[in-house]
Amino acid sequence: MKNPVFLGALTVASLVAGAAAAATLDDVKSRGKLNCGTNTGLVGFAAPDANGDWQGFDVALCRAVAAAVLGDQSAVEFVPTTGKTRFTALASGEIDILARNTTWTFSRDVDLKFTFVGVNYYDGQGFIVPKSLGVSSAKELDGATVCIQTGTTTELNLADFFRVNNISYEPVPIETSAEAQQQYLAGACDAYTTDASGLAATRATFEDPTAHVILPEIISKEPLGPLVRHGDDDWADVVRWTLNALIAAEEYGVTSANIDELVANPTSNPEINRLLGTEGDLGAMLGLPADWAVKAIKAGGNYGELFEKYIGQSTPIGLARGLNAQWTEGGLLYAPPFR
Amino acid sequence: MADLTFVRHEMVPEQAPPATSVGPRGWLRENLFSSPLNAILTLLSLGLIWWVLSHALPWIVLSSWTASSLGECREQIAAAHGEGTTGACWAVIRERYLQLLFGFYPSDLYWRPLLAFGLALLALAPVLFTALPRRLLWLSAAAPFVVPWLLWGGSVWVPVCVALGFGLGLAALRVVSAAAGGLAGVIAAGVVPVLWWLFLAWVAAGLLQAILPFGITPVESRAFGGFMLSITIGLVAITLSLPIGIVLALGRQSNLLIIKAICVGFIEFIRGVPLITLLFVASLLLNYFMPPGTNFDIILRVIIMVTLFASAYMAEVIRGGLAALPRGQYEAADALGLDYWKAQRLIVMPQALKISIPGIVSTFIGVFKDTTLVSIIGLLDPLGFSNSIRANAEWNGVVWELYGFIAALFFVFCFSMSRYSMYLERKLRTENR
Amino acid sequence: MTTLTDPPKDSFRLGMLIYDTRYRALTIQVVALFAFMLLAAWLINNTVQNLASLGKPIDFGFLSTAAQYDINQTLIAYDNQDSHLRASAVGLLNTLLVAVMGCALATVVGVLVGILRLSRNWLVARIMTVYVELFRNVPVLLWIVFAMAILIESLPAPRDFRGEDAPAAMLFGDSVALTNRGFYVPEPLFARTLGDLPVFGAFDISLDFLAILAVLGAGLFASGLIRTRADRIQNATGIRPTTWYLRLGVVLLPLIALLVALGFHLGYPELRGFNFQGGIHMRNSLIALWLALSFYTAAFIAEAVRGGILAISKGQTEAAAALGLRPGRIMSLVILPQAMRVIIPPLISQYLNLTKNSSLAIAVGYMDITGTLGGITMNQTGRELECVLLLMLIYLVISLLISAVMNWYNTRVKLVER
Repeated sequence: MKNPVFLGALTVASLVAGAAAAATLDDVKSRGKLNCGTNTGLVGFAAPDANGDWQGFDVALCRAVAAAVLGDQSAVEFVPTTGKTRFTALASGEIDILARNTTWTFSRDVDLKFTFVGVNYYDGQGFIVPKSLGVSSAKELDGATVCIQTGTTTELNLADFFRVNNISYEPVPIETSAEAQQQYLAGACDAYTTDASGLAATRATFEDPTAHVILPEIISKEPLGPLVRHGDDDWADVVRWTLNALIAAEEYGVTSANIDELVANPTSNPEINRLLGTEGDLGAMLGLPADWAVKAIKAGGNYGELFEKYIGQSTPIGLARGLNAQWTEGGLLYAPPFR
Repeated sequence: MADLTFVRHEMVPEQAPPATSVGPRGWLRENLFSSPLNAILTLLSLGLIWWVLSHALPWIVLSSWTASSLGECREQIAAAHGEGTTGACWAVIRERYLQLLFGFYPSDLYWRPLLAFGLALLALAPVLFTALPRRLLWLSAAAPFVVPWLLWGGSVWVPVCVALGFGLGLAALRVVSAAAGGLAGVIAAGVVPVLWWLFLAWVAAGLLQAILPFGITPVESRAFGGFMLSITIGLVAITLSLPIGIVLALGRQSNLLIIKAICVGFIEFIRGVPLITLLFVASLLLNYFMPPGTNFDIILRVIIMVTLFASAYMAEVIRGGLAALPRGQYEAADALGLDYWKAQRLIVMPQALKISIPGIVSTFIGVFKDTTLVSIIGLLDPLGFSNSIRANAEWNGVVWELYGFIAALFFVFCFSMSRYSMYLERKLRTENR
Repeated sequence: MTTLTDPPKDSFRLGMLIYDTRYRALTIQVVALFAFMLLAAWLINNTVQNLASLGKPIDFGFLSTAAQYDINQTLIAYDNQDSHLRASAVGLLNTLLVAVMGCALATVVGVLVGILRLSRNWLVARIMTVYVELFRNVPVLLWIVFAMAILIESLPAPRDFRGEDAPAAMLFGDSVALTNRGFYVPEPLFARTLGDLPVFGAFDISLDFLAILAVLGAGLFASGLIRTRADRIQNATGIRPTTWYLRLGVVLLPLIALLVALGFHLGYPELRGFNFQGGIHMRNSLIALWLALSFYTAAFIAEAVRGGILAISKGQTEAAAALGLRPGRIMSLVILPQAMRVIIPPLISQYLNLTKNSSLAIAVGYMDITGTLGGITMNQTGRELECVLLLMLIYLVISLLISAVMNWYNTRVKLVER
C-alpha cells in the first residue's frame, strides 16, 4: 500500500542517503549544516533558551566546529539525545559529532568503536548532602539512600565505591537531573551523586545553596569530551584541532575581542600566527580555509571565555576552573603545538 | 332505611407536595440524602472536594505571572502575599508557552501548523461520518498532500507530483484494462505509479520548480516540538493506520491461510509489546534494518513505528466492526453476485466503519496520549520540553506549573475530541431510527 | 432436449492460476508468502551488513558478564557482581510484581467507580464522572510522574521522624511509617524457620511460605468438603446445617497452629541511621507506579463495568427487587454475574494495557525489565539490538500468557452461564 502522506513526508524531510562511515567532512560541507548531538537539557552545558536557541558549554563547541568548517556558527542542527540514544545516533550517522558530556572510557572508545577527540571538561563524580545531615565524608554514608542519575557511568562508579569501602546503600535511579534534584530537596534521598559540575550547577539553583555541602570525595575520573565515529580520521582531526584551537587560543591570550587585531597585525609569536592562519597553511592540511581557527574562536570566544560565559564563576553555576585550568596555571588543559 | 352509601361528587383538591420533596430541599433529599449511607457518602464527597480545593486554589491564585526566574517568582510571591506563601510560578508558562505548543517551529510561520491541523480535522470528518456532504471528500483526498506540505514546506510541486502518481495509476488502469484486459490493468495500475515515484516524480518536481518556482519556506522535522509534535505524530499515524488497519482486518478475516497468518502475527506482535519498545526500535534499531547509509530523521522513524502500532489497534477495532455486522449482509452481497472487493466497498465497509467510529476515535485519543512517550527517547514533545526548560538555570526546580499546563492541554484536547465524536455519533445515528 | 454433460475438463493452463478462483487463492498466498520472505530477508540482510560494518555481530554473551550495578528492589538475591541475565530476571520479577498489584487494585477501584457512577447520589456520581474523565484524558506517563511528585513532596522524610517532638510520627502503634522514600510496614518473621528451598540453584523459595500455602490450601479444601456435605443435606432434608464455625475453624486453626509452631512474629520498621531498618520497604517508585497505573486503568475498567451493568435489562433489577433482595445483593447476586460476560473481554485488554504500561517505570526509576535489561544493561554494554529484541520477546510472552489465561477464564464463564 502506497501512502501519500508517508511519501510526501519523505520528500520534504531530509532523506539523507550517504556514506555514514567516511568523508563526514565532505558530507557536512555539502549539506551546509553540522548535525550535533547534545543533551536534552543539562544546566550550563546544553539547554534551549526562550527563543529556541541552544545555549551551553557543550553547545558552544559544536558552534565552534560549525564556524570552522562552514564559516557560520549558526549552521548547526542540534539533535537532543538521551543517555540511551546518543551512541546509536552517532553510529548510525544521524549526527556528525556528539558533544553531550560523555565520559571517555576504554569500552566506549574500543568496543563501541568511537573516537574521542579530546577532553573539553575534566569532571569527577561527587556527592552532595544537606549540611543538617552532619556528614563530612562519603564513607559515612553507610545505609544512606543515594539518588543517581542513570544512563551514565555513574551507577557503576557508585557500586564500585560502596563495594570497595564495604558499606551499604540504597540506590534510587533517576532519569533526569531535574527529578533527582526534586527528590533530593524533598529528602527522599540523603545524598545525590553525579558529576561534580552537575552537583555545583544543581546546588546553584537551590533556594538556600549554603545549606548543602559537596563532599570532598571525588570517586571517579570523568573526562568529558566530544566524540566522532571510528574510522573517519579526517573528520576526527577537524573536531580535535578545533577543540585544541580553543584551548590554545586561551593559552596564547587570543580572545574574541582581540582576534581581529591579531589577524590584521600578525604578532611576533609564530605559534599564534600559525593558529590564526596568517602564517603557514594548517587550514589547508585539514581541508579547511586558512582562517578556520579564527572563525571557531570568534564564534563564542576561546576556551576560557566559553567557560566563564556558561559555567564559570560569573554564572549562577559558578564552577571554579580547577582541573580545567591551563597547564600553565596548574590545570590539565594542554593543547599540542600548532605546527 | 337510611341510605348510608357515600358518593363523593367532587375531587379532593390536590395538595401541595410535602415541603421535603419539592424545591431545593426536595432535590437535596432525593439526590444526596436518600439514605444514611448516601448521606455519609455525600458528606465524604463534600469533604474531599473541600480538601482538594483548599489545597489547590490558593496555590493557583497566589501566583506570579511576571517574574523571569524561579528565584524572582519566590520573591514576588513572598512580597505580595507574605513570607512562607507557596504559590504557582505561572511566569514560566507565560515565557515558554509558545515553545511548549510549537517547539522550535519558526514563529512567523505558526499559521501553517494551525491551518494544517484545522484542515486535517475538516478532512477527517467526512471519512468518519458518512452523513456529511460528499463534496467534502475532495477535501479529504487533498488533505494528505496539502497538510504535509504546509507542515514541512518546500516546493509546491513535490506534493503535486506525488499526487500525480495516483492519477497516473488510475489512467494506467483505464487505458491498459481497455487494451489488454483487467488483470494487466491492475498490474499496470500498481507498477506505473511506483516507477513514477521512484524515478520520475523528483525530476519532474525539480523541473516544474525550475520553470514555475512556487514554494513556502521549508521547515526541517527537527524544528517540530511541543504539542505540535504530538499532534503531528498522532494525526499522521492515525491517517495512515486507517487504510493499513482495514487491510489488516480484512486479512485477519480472510480464509487465505498464509495471509491470515501474516496479519495475525503482525497484529498480535505489535499489540503484545509496549509502545516504548517500539520507540526504542525507532530510535536505536530502525537504521540497522535499512540499507547501509540510509538515514532518515528520528521524527519520521517515530512516525513509522507509531503508525505500525496504531495500525494493529485499528485493525482490531475494525475487526470488531466487521464481526458486529450481521451475517446476512455478507450473504446478501454474495447473492447480488458482487465480487469480494465490490462487496467490501459497497456493502460491508461502509457499515463496519460506521460501527467502529467510537473505537476509531478512542484509538486516536489513545495514540495521541501515547505520543508523550517520545520524551523518553529524547524527542522534545511537551513533556520532553518541560525537562529542557528546567535545564535552564532560571527555571531549574519548576515542576507543578509545567506538568499542570501540559496535563490541562492534553485534557482539553482529548476531552473535546471524545465529546465531539459522541455528539456527532448521536446526531448521525438518528437516520437509522 | 438438452443433455446433461459434464463440465468441460480443461487441462491445466498457466492462466488458470490467475483467472480460476480455485487456483487464484493459492497464487495470491504464494505471492504474499514470497513477498513476505523477501522483505524479511532484505531486513535481515541489511541488519547483518550494518552490524558487520560497525563490528558488532549479534552476540548474547554479554548476558553472562557481571552487571556491576545495584538494584534497590530485588525479589531474589542479587548483588552487583551477578550477571546481566540475573539483573534482567530481577527486573522481570519487578515488572510482574507491579503488574499483578496494579491489576488487582485497578479491578477493585474500577468496579467500585463503575458502580458508583450509576449511584443515585448525585454528588457521588458526578465526582466519579470527573474522576473517570480526568484520568482517561491525560496521558498515563503524566500521571506516573504526578504520583511520584506528590509522594515526594507531600510525605515527610525519614529525618522528620527523629527527635523528641518530631514533625512526623509512625502510624498504628509505631508499626507503619509513611515516608517520601516509600512505605515501611511490618514484615512476617519466623523464629523457628524451616529455611529456604533452592530452585535450580538460581533462587530460593521460603519453605515457611510454602508450608503456610499448603496448610491454607488444605484448609480451604476441607472447608469445601464441608460445604458440599451441607449442600447435600439441604437437598435431602431441606434444612441447611449451620457450618460456618466448622468451616472457619478448619481453615484457621491449623494455620494458627503452624504459625505458632514456626514462631511467627512481626518485624517492625525502626529508624536507625539514615533510614528505617527492618520491616518491608515499599519504595515510592513502586507505589507511585502502582497507584498511577491502577487509577488510570481503573478509569477504563469503570467505563467497561458501567457499560456492562447498563447492558443488563432493567427487568432483571426489577425481578430481583420483586423477590425481595436488597439493593446490594441485587448488584452482587443478579446484575454483576450477568454483566461479567460483557465486562471480561475489555477487562482482559485493560490488564494487558496495564502490564505494557508498566514499562513506563523508567520515568520514576522503578527497576523493572525495561529499567534493567532495556535500561542500564543496554547502556553499559551497548548491545541495543540484542537487548531490545529480548525485551520485546519477554513482553510478548507475558502478553500472550495473560490473554491465554484470561481467554480460558472467559470461555469458562460463558459455558457456566449458558
